[in-house]
Amino acid sequence: MAAAPNSEARAGLKLISPTAIYVILLLAVPLATVLIYSVLTGGRGNVSLPITGENYAQLWSKSVYGYILFKSLMVALIVTFITVILAYPVAYFVSFHVKPERKSLWLFLITIPFWTSYIIRVSLWFVILGYGGIVDSALASLGLPPLNIASYSILSIIIVLAHAYAPFAVLPIFVSLEKVDRSLLEAGQDLGESRWVTFLRVTLPLSMPGVIAAALIVFIPTVGDYVTPELVGDGKEPMIANLIETQLLKLQNFPQGSAFAVVSMLMVGIVSVAFVLWNRRFIGGQK
Amino acid sequence: MKAPYLRAFTLFYLLFLYSPILLLPIFAFNDGKVVAFPLQGFTGKWFGEMFADQNLRIAAKNSLIIALSVATLSTVLGIFAARASVRYRFPGKAPLMGLIMLPLVLPEMIVAMALLVVLLSMGVPLSLFTVIVGQVLICTPFAVAILTSAFQSLDRSLEEAAMDLGETTWSTFRLIVLPLVMPGIMASFLICFTISFDEFIISNFLGSGQPILSVYIFGQFRFPAKVPSMLALGTVLVCFSIILLGFAEYMRRRGIAKAGGKDSGGFL
Repeated sequence: MAAAPNSEARAGLKLISPTAIYVILLLAVPLATVLIYSVLTGGRGNVSLPITGENYAQLWSKSVYGYILFKSLMVALIVTFITVILAYPVAYFVSFHVKPERKSLWLFLITIPFWTSYIIRVSLWFVILGYGGIVDSALASLGLPPLNIASYSILSIIIVLAHAYAPFAVLPIFVSLEKVDRSLLEAGQDLGESRWVTFLRVTLPLSMPGVIAAALIVFIPTVGDYVTPELVGDGKEPMIANLIETQLLKLQNFPQGSAFAVVSMLMVGIVSVAFVLWNRRFIGGQK
Repeated sequence: MKAPYLRAFTLFYLLFLYSPILLLPIFAFNDGKVVAFPLQGFTGKWFGEMFADQNLRIAAKNSLIIALSVATLSTVLGIFAARASVRYRFPGKAPLMGLIMLPLVLPEMIVAMALLVVLLSMGVPLSLFTVIVGQVLICTPFAVAILTSAFQSLDRSLEEAAMDLGETTWSTFRLIVLPLVMPGIMASFLICFTISFDEFIISNFLGSGQPILSVYIFGQFRFPAKVPSMLALGTVLVCFSIILLGFAEYMRRRGIAKAGGKDSGGFL
């Protein structure tokens, strides 16, 4: 009972229209507004016409803005790297060494912490790493000097973010490892390669799409994280989300805040495209 | 195949993932004002303090209202989008679906701030309602992802059979499709509820200081004296979300089994 293409198109559009209208009005329009605001002149709490590149120029002229952007990017990249490196062996273990019927239980165990209150998890780190906190008091009861990790703001931000987004990374890597044809591995070993070389030359390249997906999934929320720098870094090491908040809400400078929002979207976009292009190399090799 | 190092590493990794959550109950029952070792002995007083906290109750009530509304709205919007994308081909499908799923790949802060700028410029007062509106944007992609797989595992010939037997499009949907994707709908509702209940950024910025649970918790952690009762609250919340998630996972599996599919693992 194939409907004529035209009526099918109409039925589909009709069905999707509530959701489509919702996201167009409340997502596309606001994003477009931000884009337009970012090239307007701003007063306190209002915007006015002369179109200007001043808001973007500020990024270069005020070194503190550039520093915060650079820092956000670096923190996010480091967190992404750590998270993916730690997640890979775990995904590998679950995919290759766990009995098929128990795999979903393991995955469930890994994902649970992600679904439990983000705010409580992050706040807890504040208590764990802080001065006289759990780490330091545990060290003290062993007779060791305190580390006072929280005083190294950026380090503690990295630890907390790497923990918060860890479960995100395991799933995509696991999925791509599951797709690796096991007979290829046997073939590699039959042809005289050692296990390690087989891993490097067969398994790792074949699972790269998952690794890159994992990197993206971790990178995007990390670069825009607001809570962790605010709480763990004690607000001393703001990242880009905190900068946007300061401009938009505290200073009510809509155009400047919008420009930062656009730049951070561009940053996410560029890094994502770079990851995807990198990914294409591996898909190309896979045929 | 044995892999002792990998197994040890994985267990260690799980321990790292769970360590804050394991510390929660330990210090929630610890009889000391300072959250530090050595432990001071067992007490339930932090739970008492938590239940006596009037502001906390208001915040919890607001969060419940928000989460229920968001879960309902997102799931309904998700059903429309998922059904349309699985069942029909139409012009503009890819960009529309891309826009709907966009919040998954945008930092939440951007979504919140873009919406906030528009609301402030239009002079819309911030309230629980604006929080709901914003959170629906964040939750809908998750609803769509879950529901798409539910609709995909649906056997289309069942619908065609019903139509041939004289049912209308709507009655087919109600009698055949809806019962079969019900587990997916439940899973989507529960996941959206959990995400919304936990959500901070939109609650904080679009809520204009209304007491909402996540915002309240964030504020209380700044006062050391309040931390132990927040840990008690955390313990309760963790138990709560594990129960919800266990239930969601159960529904998801039942749905797949019902539709005769094979389990392909987790939520995402």
